[in-house]
Amino acid sequence: MHELAVCQGLMNQVEQIARRENAECVTRILLSVGPLSGVEAQLLIDAFPIAAAGTIAQGAELTIEEQPVRVKCLSCDAESDARPNRLLCGSCGDFRTRLISGDEMMLMSLELERRENA
Amino acid sequence: MCDTCGCNVTEGNRHLIEGDGKLAQTESGKEAISVLQGLLSENDRLAAHNREHFDRHGVLALNLMSSPGSGKTRLLEETIAALAGELRIAVVEGDLETENDAQRIRDRGVQAVQITTGTACHLDAHMVHKALHQIDLDTIDILFIENVGNLVCPASFDLGQHRNITLLSVTEGDDKPAKYPVMFRAADLMLVSKSDLLAVLDDFAPNKAERHLRELASTAPVFTLSAKSGDGMASWFDWLHAQHDAIAERVASGETVRPAVQPDGQLLHAHNHDHEHSHDGHD
Repeated sequence: MHELAVCQGLMNQVEQIARRENAECVTRILLSVGPLSGVEAQLLIDAFPIAAAGTIAQGAELTIEEQPVRVKCLSCDAESDARPNRLLCGSCGDFRTRLISGDEMMLMSLELERRENA
Repeated sequence: MCDTCGCNVTEGNRHLIEGDGKLAQTESGKEAISVLQGLLSENDRLAAHNREHFDRHGVLALNLMSSPGSGKTRLLEETIAALAGELRIAVVEGDLETENDAQRIRDRGVQAVQITTGTACHLDAHMVHKALHQIDLDTIDILFIENVGNLVCPASFDLGQHRNITLLSVTEGDDKPAKYPVMFRAADLMLVSKSDLLAVLDDFAPNKAERHLRELASTAPVFTLSAKSGDGMASWFDWLHAQHDAIAERVASGETVRPAVQPDGQLLHAHNHDHEHSHDGHD
């Protein structure tokens, strides 16, 4: 259960950005998370209200875009879908592949309301 | 941070900010701010700082991860004894409670700092940074960071290490890499430990464990060894020597090295540490 620690790190980032943007409140947070990042989207959603309590993002909507696991084969160049524990090329079966999607753990964007007369 | 030039837009997230992507549009009355930062960017910043600190002192930093009870501390004890006079070692121990592991290491005559995490299931860059204050990096060649025994959480936090080593003991299932892909995918080296027990645990097949690792697209070497009997330890020592020898070369060329696989955010936030090392503001 490191999702709470991840969420607390997220809140620090959000507060920094909100200050920089002179925001009154943060209304929406969009994350991009893949299964190979090691964080569970649902656990982040559960941890979020605890981490956000008393911050500028209290009450904000947390939206998580879950990313598919995709690999590119280093041998035949094909791109294919894969499973988190089976990252083989879907075309030729080679294990030498590069992950092109699925390990994201990114803060993509914030939606915020600015202070009046800022 | 690079939230302006777009260099952290990947094939996996590009669609979100292009065309009709979710981030390309702004709802009326509110302002959408594109960020594109790794979720652990504060941890990653400190990890980069730790790594720079290691590089500056020519110290190889290795992160040891596994389930509890797979033999990490025993491996370190035997490694310290075998490499005495060849490589100078210090250890950072991570556990929820007790100084026991650090004391075992100190009994072998080397520096050890115990981090007790309380309830935290992993080490992070900040904890390691604090521990570094108690270690004289000028007097060592290799720093082992023995992470909290856990096959889940430690894989997500960069500590500033150069390499990840994951242990899988033969008392566990040989399908552990398939069950914990994030952890085993992060391994630069997998050690199948407690091989002396293979004689009585005939349902563990080291070649199956390796096959499951390969299915994670990993090319990491796999050594089967026993710290207790000494079997297979020579390959491990050779690997350590080779990794350490590579340091002088790296320092001379001003480059660093990271574990082969890192979470997206860390990979995309390569840091340029031009500043002099200072501990200000990190505690």
